[in-house]
Amino acid sequence: MSYLHSIGAYFIMIKDTFVKPTKGRVLSDLIFKEIDDLIIGSLGIVAFISFFVGGVVAIQTALNLNNPLIPKSLIGFAARQSVILEFAPTFISIIMAGKVGSFITSSIGTMRVTEQIDALEVMGINSLNYLIFPKIVAMLVYPFVIAIAMFLGIIGAYTAAVYGGFTSNDAFLSGLQEDFIPFQLFYAFFKTFLFAFLLATIPSYHGYFMRGGALEVGKASTTSFVWTSVAIILVNFIVTQLLLS
Amino acid sequence: MIEVKNIRKGFGDVEVLKGFSTTFKPGQTNLIIGQSGSGKTVFLKTMLGLHKPDSGQIIYNGNAYSDLNEEQQRDLREQIGMVFQGSALFDSMTVEENIAFPLKMFTKMKKKERIARANEVIQRVNLENANHKLPSEISGGMQKRVAIARAIVNNPKYLFCDEPNSGLDPNTATVIDNLIREITIEYDITTIINTHDMNSVMEIGDHIVYLQKGHLAWEGTRHEIFKTDNKDVTNFVYSSNLFKMVREAQNAK
Ligand SMILES: Nc1ncnc2c1ncn2[C@@H]1O[C@H](COP(=O)(O)OP(=O)(O)OP(=O)(O)O)[C@@H](O)[C@H]1O
Ligand SMILES: [Mg+2]
Repeated sequence: MSYLHSIGAYFIMIKDTFVKPTKGRVLSDLIFKEIDDLIIGSLGIVAFISFFVGGVVAIQTALNLNNPLIPKSLIGFAARQSVILEFAPTFISIIMAGKVGSFITSSIGTMRVTEQIDALEVMGINSLNYLIFPKIVAMLVYPFVIAIAMFLGIIGAYTAAVYGGFTSNDAFLSGLQEDFIPFQLFYAFFKTFLFAFLLATIPSYHGYFMRGGALEVGKASTTSFVWTSVAIILVNFIVTQLLLS
Repeated sequence: MIEVKNIRKGFGDVEVLKGFSTTFKPGQTNLIIGQSGSGKTVFLKTMLGLHKPDSGQIIYNGNAYSDLNEEQQRDLREQIGMVFQGSALFDSMTVEENIAFPLKMFTKMKKKERIARANEVIQRVNLENANHKLPSEISGGMQKRVAIARAIVNNPKYLFCDEPNSGLDPNTATVIDNLIREITIEYDITTIINTHDMNSVMEIGDHIVYLQKGHLAWEGTRHEIFKTDNKDVTNFVYSSNLFKMVREAQNAK
């Protein structure tokens, strides 16, 4: 019952985020600030993780290739498929639920407990629009982050596979191009868009509607991470069922 | 003018505001006094629409707040300045940005004009040399003054202050009290101040409402408050040692 109540409140929040928009000039400042905080600030960790996990995927595949009948090009193929389909969009989004999500929840939650949200409301500002809409817009840039993650993941795989001596340059590249289905790229970016929306809104919900003091801000961040991850995993499952099977 | 009609507000089983009425006129400083926990903050926030009353009405210049649609409510709120008990400054903005914020949101002023206007009020609240600091870098008393400056920068028609001079030294507190009174008279603002500071009562109590456990137990002026025979009010007033001494001195004569 209370879960249903929360889900209802979440959708009402999203609806109210789009009414009485903040003045354009103010809004664009806010959007650039959010892009800086949410997107630019995450590039480093995303690049780091992508490169090394890409490398690990290549090494694992190589180590499991004992059968001489299976061509070495499989390493490039497997790296491409796992990085583009799951690792970059889904795995990185879970990481972002921890990084960006807890940042959003704690910053909005702090504004709630120190009455800054009341201060906005008293001035006649739609605080939902002021706080959450710029985050949603900033997260439209998120697919670029995932594109970078895909690129670096494959570079990482290449580096590990070729320089690690598991396969040749030619074999890896031919595997990379094998059976390429453009629709799979659409699928990957389609779900990335959905994840971006979840990453902007679920943590906002947990910050905006929290009650209490500094201690509760910490708790809300943890809860927010759990629910954002759960939502990402569920949406991932549903989208995969609908688009790929 | 703000009329309060039989206002009630509770949280769960606890009724905090237990049904009372009063009127706050413009151009005078209206004070709400009462012990800690008597419901002053809840009363202010209910008048502001931050809490929805369980019953009763708040009427702004003839218009009941609950009859306004969302658009009209927000328009009304643009004419309200509020000083929160905990200041509620935006902690990602500098002092100057905090103060200029309502101008940025609601006026067509250019940046230069906004800064100029912000600095006008900064001078009025005695807050020089802090323009480019963040709220976390200034003292609590200075934060209070920033909050007051932000509340008055856009010439509000209604000004709500929740303990504007708690945490200030007596000197600054008096300056702030007089400042609020001055602009109230100058711009004919409907000003409502929560306080438990007897100095403020003496200084600027044009109309005083005494809240006790959610009831309006007494109302009158700062002259009347020393003559009332309402036991609770006299207890509150003479809980200050200073006033106790003054009274004893008078009785000894
Ligand atoms: N959001 C809330 N939910 C539940 N109870 C509340 C809430 N806000 C206030 N109360 C209760 O209402 C009562 C009055 O609180 P209020 O903050 O109005 O007191 P106050 O007169 O402003 O006190 P102080 O002088 O200490 O600021 C208190 O018992 C408080 O616990
Ligand atoms: Mg209070």
